[in-house]
Amino acid sequence: MEKRFDGRKFDELREIEVKVGILSACDGSAMFRIGNTIAIAGAFGPRECHPKHLQDPEKAILKCHYDMMTFSVPERKSPGPGRREIELSSVIRRALTPAIFLEEFPKTSIDVFIQIMQADAGTRCASICAASLALAEAGIPMRDLVSAVGVGKVNGKLVLDLTKEEEDTEGAVDMPIAIMPGKKKITLLQMDGKLSRDELEEAIKLGVKGCLQIYEIQKKALKEKYKVR
Amino acid sequence: MSEKKSYLKHLAEKNVRLDERDMFEYRKPIEIKTNVSKNADGSAFVKLGETQVIAGVKISVGEPFPDRPDEGTFIVNAEFAAIASPRFEPGPPGEDAIELARIIDRGIRSANAIDLKKLCIDSGKLVWIIFIDIYALNYDGNLVDASMLAAMAALKDARFPKLDGEKIVYGEKTDKKLPINSIPISCTFVRIGNAMIIDPNLKEEDASNCGLVVTCNENDEICALQKLGLEAINEDEVLKCVEIAIEKSKELRKYVG
Repeated sequence: MEKRFDGRKFDELREIEVKVGILSACDGSAMFRIGNTIAIAGAFGPRECHPKHLQDPEKAILKCHYDMMTFSVPERKSPGPGRREIELSSVIRRALTPAIFLEEFPKTSIDVFIQIMQADAGTRCASICAASLALAEAGIPMRDLVSAVGVGKVNGKLVLDLTKEEEDTEGAVDMPIAIMPGKKKITLLQMDGKLSRDELEEAIKLGVKGCLQIYEIQKKALKEKYKVR
Repeated sequence: MSEKKSYLKHLAEKNVRLDERDMFEYRKPIEIKTNVSKNADGSAFVKLGETQVIAGVKISVGEPFPDRPDEGTFIVNAEFAAIASPRFEPGPPGEDAIELARIIDRGIRSANAIDLKKLCIDSGKLVWIIFIDIYALNYDGNLVDASMLAAMAALKDARFPKLDGEKIVYGEKTDKKLPINSIPISCTFVRIGNAMIIDPNLKEEDASNCGLVVTCNENDEICALQKLGLEAINEDEVLKCVEIAIEKSKELRKYVG
């Protein structure tokens, strides 16, 4: 394999478009598009935590809901969360948690809702990128943004930012990774497929490199929102 | 009554609205974008003031209803996603989302907007099934009219998928459009104090005591009605709303094309 299906280089991201502050009903919101994957995230809070038994007297709790629109995938998905959505909501929550100063808002909840409008692989990573921008726009104090991207192996080559077509290739490896770019701390790491130790090291490097590029685009979009016109 | 509501009531009695619109004026601009979700067979995004919705059409195949062996079917579903408002919570559609889906459904059905007979593939055995899914993205009042526009724009945008025997070939679209005969348009009115207004924003919805959704087709016929709210409405008010809806729907229909 010399080139990828869509003609990209092995370490090349798809086209990225980011908009911050798109929904007025949320405290913060963002749209993150990478290739044909579109995630919209809205953040609310810190606000009163319901139900009360979930309140933590020491810190805020972060709640995340990842949902795919029924028409975002080739075959209509039935509405509401299935097992996959529930797991993804949880890993997204854990990917964002280390970035937020939750201890500043005891007994409250911070809620992040994510809608996938169009899916072509990498939806959890797009969700994390959108969600961290929504949280930032909501004015929630954060240690850093969180940037995420898919890495993998397709036809024996390590590649950055897989499409669905690449992900569905026989023997493909898929490894989403999220980092807090400032200190390059990993907050999400999942993998399925087979990689050697050295390949894994290489894959993480490639992922971090992709995340750093995304980080620059995220920061630019956030500044764009607050630009004096 | 809260101060905010009594203030809106006070304004309404003087025929004034908070955003300085006329009593029967829609928020502007109305923005409609189609083909916003590529995996859908048809899709549309609608922005009405700050209210934003997205509708997607998915076309599938299945067995017809036994009493209508030569007609396809369609199903309207609405999700008031929690992203759209701090008032919405995640979970299956509640009363309001179900009512909205049914208002849209009845408008499309009564107007015979989709020619269901043309959705028959093999009488009694195989017909096209059309799913119309509506998501609220940002709630600032009048989700009904935004959803109706989005649903019709998505239906107009839709193309049949490729069929291989009795199965859909996903990812391969044809250029064949859906058989759309009519574009029903809904107009939502609410009453604040004694004054009727069209296209309420969220503050106006909150201050209202009753309302009416009037859905019309292009022949000035009324295709569906739904009274809203807890207080009673007069016959005169109903007729006035209907007359205005017949006129206003012509304006809105142009956006769907």
